Amino acid sequence: MASRNSDFASPTRRGLIALGAGAALGLGRATSGFAQVRPPASPRGQVVAGISQEPTVFNPLMPGSEVDQGVWWQLFSPLWYIDPQGKLVADLAREVPSLENGGLSADGLVWKVKLRSDAKWHDGTPFTAEDVKYTLDLINNPGFRVRNRVGHGLVRDIRVVAPDEIHWRMESAYSPYLSILALTFIVPRHILEKASDPNTAPFNSAPVGTGAFRWGERVAGDHILLQANPAYHGQGPHLERVVFKYIPDLTMLYTQFRTGQVDYLGLSGISAHFVREAQGLRGRKVSLSPTAFVEHIALNLEYGPFTEKAVREALYLAMNKQARIDALYYGLPVPTESFLPQQSWAYADNLPAHRYDPAKANALLDAAGWARGSDGIRAKSGVRLEFTNSTTVGNPGREQSQQLLAQDWQAVGAAMRISNMPAAVIWGEFWQKSKFQSVMVGSNFMQGSDPDVTPRFSSTAIPAKGGSGLNTCQYQNAEVDTLLAQGATQFDQAARKATYGRIQQIIRDDLALLPIYQTVMAEGLKDGLQGFAANINCSSNCWNMRSWYWAS
Amino acid sequence: MGRYLLQRLGQCLLLLALVSMIGFAILHLAPGGPLSQFALSSQMSQEDLDRITRQLGLDRPLLAQYLDWLWRMLRGDWGVSFRDGAPVSSVIGSHLRATFELMAVSTVIAIGLGCWIGILGAIRRYSLFDTLATIGAMVALSIPTFWFGLIAIYLFSVQLGWLPAGNRQTIGDGSPLDLLHHLVAPALVLALVETAIWARFMRSAMLEVIGQDYIRTARAKGLPERQVLRGHATRNALLPMITLAGLQFPTLLGGALVTETVFTWPGMGRLFLDSIEYRDYPVVMGILMFSAVMVLLGSLLADMLYAVADPRIRMG
Repeated sequence: MASRNSDFASPTRRGLIALGAGAALGLGRATSGFAQVRPPASPRGQVVAGISQEPTVFNPLMPGSEVDQGVWWQLFSPLWYIDPQGKLVADLAREVPSLENGGLSADGLVWKVKLRSDAKWHDGTPFTAEDVKYTLDLINNPGFRVRNRVGHGLVRDIRVVAPDEIHWRMESAYSPYLSILALTFIVPRHILEKASDPNTAPFNSAPVGTGAFRWGERVAGDHILLQANPAYHGQGPHLERVVFKYIPDLTMLYTQFRTGQVDYLGLSGISAHFVREAQGLRGRKVSLSPTAFVEHIALNLEYGPFTEKAVREALYLAMNKQARIDALYYGLPVPTESFLPQQSWAYADNLPAHRYDPAKANALLDAAGWARGSDGIRAKSGVRLEFTNSTTVGNPGREQSQQLLAQDWQAVGAAMRISNMPAAVIWGEFWQKSKFQSVMVGSNFMQGSDPDVTPRFSSTAIPAKGGSGLNTCQYQNAEVDTLLAQGATQFDQAARKATYGRIQQIIRDDLALLPIYQTVMAEGLKDGLQGFAANINCSSNCWNMRSWYWAS
Repeated sequence: MGRYLLQRLGQCLLLLALVSMIGFAILHLAPGGPLSQFALSSQMSQEDLDRITRQLGLDRPLLAQYLDWLWRMLRGDWGVSFRDGAPVSSVIGSHLRATFELMAVSTVIAIGLGCWIGILGAIRRYSLFDTLATIGAMVALSIPTFWFGLIAIYLFSVQLGWLPAGNRQTIGDGSPLDLLHHLVAPALVLALVETAIWARFMRSAMLEVIGQDYIRTARAKGLPERQVLRGHATRNALLPMITLAGLQFPTLLGGALVTETVFTWPGMGRLFLDSIEYRDYPVVMGILMFSAVMVLLGSLLADMLYAVADPRIRMG
């Protein structure tokens, strides 16, 4: 896979600062003055990683969150993973299958994967192709509570041709599967097949993997401790122990980072209002890492006023993006026009830039026949330009952002009422079955590092209309449908980039959602901690803790 | 006594049945569900969410779900946590010790300190000590526990660096001294409100007792004042405190919930909040029933002890 863009397409001063700072702390370290510091000959010391959600799911195939994934990365290995540059790197496989090396047939239907023969499970049992077959079969086992079967459901005729080689056939060509497999951890057949029900197997609370760290202990509600795996097949680990410390309150989490009880503050990151202070703390560093999450206003496109493109355009023009970024997020996030992160190889850098232009917004609405009433709110054919906007309660940044947005839109004659709910409520049926009018939300639209957004924008993926995806905005566009089908079956990256570039143009033009910014996460690191490398493709920047070590 | 005990046990069972029905209904009728946390992930489709909903049995009628839960509960099976995948009893058990540690130490502090302040306040009624104790108790009762917690962390952890800013232990240490070091701030904060309550109740009880005829008689017999207060007044004033101890359990549990959150204490309170947030129905119901049993038992035990301590009390 070719490397993706490493710079923001439309660099802003703040964007460059953010990127520069992130790079300086992340990848840049390896080639900077820190390069003189070498990892210890044998594992030494421990890292306490502070996180605001508790990891509770340890079977890496079951439904889990990003914090769970942070733990999976230490315990398990995928066939290959995606590095920070977006390149697929072989892990349990000897090489990443491609058209060039014969691992993929020309039509993309036959996959041949060669595996390492030196990898072992934490209990000493050798890893073989049988484990890969078992994993894929388990994912497709109807009784197993698997996270998802996207891509896996197309796998047919799995054949173990040798202990270190496995072949299968795909029912139809599906190029995102390379990326999906990069986030699919292989589980041990010899342990799980003994369980009467894999959903409740003892393995799920005492996992055995092939990763750089072994399961140590879990004190529920407090922490998880992992021990170095001396028989790890790759490089590292350089730490004796890794501790995932659960601190639910973000202020307390930051306080413990500040007082030194936490060595790395990640996953949820440092709250924006603490970032400046954290950057000035002695013995601490802050890494500003772009994430794949795009903050946007999701509009229910079936709701009265939003069915009209002129309204969506006017609302977008009337939104003062930069004011929100500066005032509420201290300039950290990067404005964007796309649903893809700007580091994705498929990111389209030629999308029209947003302008804050209330005068033009007013003119657009006037021209479209939305006349102001006596209360200043516009209406057309008896439909008032009013709607609710919802987000998760207890998120101060978003709640303040809503206030600004309501003011912006009030100025052009649109009435936005705030109707916030707890996460468990808003992301339930209200969101899934499109019962909202508009929602302020941050989403990662990608499948791993793949730009396939079929579940989000295909007209067959609308749950409210019986679809199977998460197209909750109810977006429908025949050309996008065709392009999505085309992109998912292409294996040439240049051709795919063109396909997804066109999709981004259409969606930006339709304003299927109102993009605001790409989230930048501020992570805290204690001085001397080496090896951290933000990786937008892995959901968790703990992905490579095997490479972390202390400078002294 | 035996008949009274049976009657009370019957009432307790009825109350538990009501708590379970109301709790189950409220929890399941509240909007949202355990899978909403995955709804934003592009890696999950609506098909996946529907499939997992069926696998967890959440698509069945509420009554069927309740009866199934009740039947399993009666057989001692508390179910499996949706979030954790572990049996609910072990999930609760793993958090119980931390909460009981906190509650036990706080209770000891609160009873000891509260009774002492209350007794002294009653003996030296309207003195400077009594006035200050009254004001202190009002302040402690008026200000939320979390505020005291935050102030304690800011003062003793961030500014002075004397105490850890939360957690139950230093990972990799876990020595008794380390545990105690971590326990000081949360236990004192949790004890603060309890101390105020105990002090106020003890003062009232003591005032009532020292106005009784038998105290006057004891004094008239020439008993030393210390003996009158210790042997006669305090012992009798402590009797109503037995009831208070039983009734204070829910307050203490509520206080622990807040304190655990502020001090990142891995106890039941935080588990309860997390489980509600994730709509982990089996765990929430488990904690609810466990708490209800403890509260009812506490109240029952207090009544029994009261009868034992004061033979004048007749049950029936």
